[in-house]
Amino acid sequence: MRAVRHWSVRNARGLMRLYDLFQGAIVAMEPVVRRIGYDRLEKPVAAVEHVIKGAMFDCQMCGQCALSSTGMSCPMNCPKNLRNGPCGGVRADGHCEVKPDMPCVWVKAWAGAQQMMSENILDVQLPVDNRLKGKSSWLRIIREIKAGSLPKPHSSARKAA
Amino acid sequence: MTIEEEEGIGTGPLNDGPAYPEMIDPGPIDPAAPLEPLPGHSSRGRLERILRAGEFAVTAELSPPDSADPVDVFDRAAIFDGWVDAINATDGSGANCHMSSVGVCALLTRVGYAPVMQISGRDRNRIAIQGDVLGASAMGVANILCLTGDGVQCGDHPEAKPVFDMDCMATLETIRAMRDESRFASGRKLDKAPDIFIGAAANPFAQPYDFRPLRLAKKIAAGAQFVQTQYCYDIPMLKTYMERVRDMGLHEKCFILVGVGPLASAKAARWIRSNVPGVHIPDSIVARLEGAAKQKEEGKRLCIDLIQEIREIEGVSGIHLMAYRQEESVAEIISESGVLRDRKPHSVNPVIPHYMQQRFRVPS
Repeated sequence: MRAVRHWSVRNARGLMRLYDLFQGAIVAMEPVVRRIGYDRLEKPVAAVEHVIKGAMFDCQMCGQCALSSTGMSCPMNCPKNLRNGPCGGVRADGHCEVKPDMPCVWVKAWAGAQQMMSENILDVQLPVDNRLKGKSSWLRIIREIKAGSLPKPHSSARKAA
Repeated sequence: MTIEEEEGIGTGPLNDGPAYPEMIDPGPIDPAAPLEPLPGHSSRGRLERILRAGEFAVTAELSPPDSADPVDVFDRAAIFDGWVDAINATDGSGANCHMSSVGVCALLTRVGYAPVMQISGRDRNRIAIQGDVLGASAMGVANILCLTGDGVQCGDHPEAKPVFDMDCMATLETIRAMRDESRFASGRKLDKAPDIFIGAAANPFAQPYDFRPLRLAKKIAAGAQFVQTQYCYDIPMLKTYMERVRDMGLHEKCFILVGVGPLASAKAARWIRSNVPGVHIPDSIVARLEGAAKQKEEGKRLCIDLIQEIREIEGVSGIHLMAYRQEESVAEIISESGVLRDRKPHSVNPVIPHYMQQRFRVPS
């Protein structure tokens, strides 16, 4: 599925726009979601999310999607699970030090972020909350946007850049 | 008379003789005592002082022994004594198993060396890392370098479970919060915050090149106060990187120590560049070694030349010498390069506790 993953990064900008529309739609559905119940929806929504994002991004279901900050390149595909940029071992051809046949997830992410013209890649991502593994990011986003508690990054290199 | 004098603390073997009966506490306490706190300083260590005083700093890397004998650590550190401002203790570098960096640092601080403790996220989760930071600080470690770590596949235990709970950025931010906000990542309060000068690694010589200065900016935003770079063998490339770093003003927010090291031969250079990811060695360097009659000597000469060129680059605050398996040449390289000018780094003249000098064995 690596070819699809790379296609998604190449089309990061379009996908980001699509996602913004999608997010607006799912957030608008919040009353329905609440009526059915977040807990009851967790399993089926997570399953759908896994199929769609798995096909498009090789999503690893960390439960705290960072794709909008990583140029649509899923950082959990990095063998070191780096969520803040490439390690020092990237090969001259832009491939991974651990898996020499795989292009570095973060070389792709940087290309995607430039296409998206987004500065989100400069935000420092907090370590993964392992309790959320396998859970739906979408439901979490709906809940957090509605509650106005979407976590903000602690620090960012934006000012420096 | 201060409490210290009254209790005899501060009169270790370096002075008139142990104030404590040797059997109770043979450890020299005085040389390992932290420096007086200074305003604007995060730590009580020497490295930060040297850098903030505007001196060109020199650090070197100690490769930890595959041994349980403390003398193996002291022997390796003694080579650097009086030549460097701090000694890096690596944390399972290359994913190979060695004595832990906490253990090495505990031994080094005991006799007065200034270590930079490397912490990699490969083998430990956030609970272990934060515990080690407190333990190390309690043992007198003033400098910690946060790394993500090499993949387990590179090392001698490829079957191990890689942890990678926190990447270097998360580790930086976690340690900064421990120091500045006196709390764990969980929010739970500390009784005493660790006084740590926080460092990170940087590699200006790896893809994607135009993202590298931004990544440094991110590390600074997360808490890095100094960085040590990967081996530099390409001066033009370093200059391009530093130009961008200066444009962004990063050299004013963070001390940059450039990594250097002698290459043993052209063959070694070729092996390193094809087997050690992230080390970039241009063809011209390999050719220079190849053309020399004595390649090892030429490798040292090359290292000295590089240091002299690096020193002239604006925004570089020091060098970090990684002379793997050539540690004995570190003093010569530093001396010949003239990088210290007239300065003489603090010499520890270590007094090794006598019971550590015995290579004791369990009687059979």
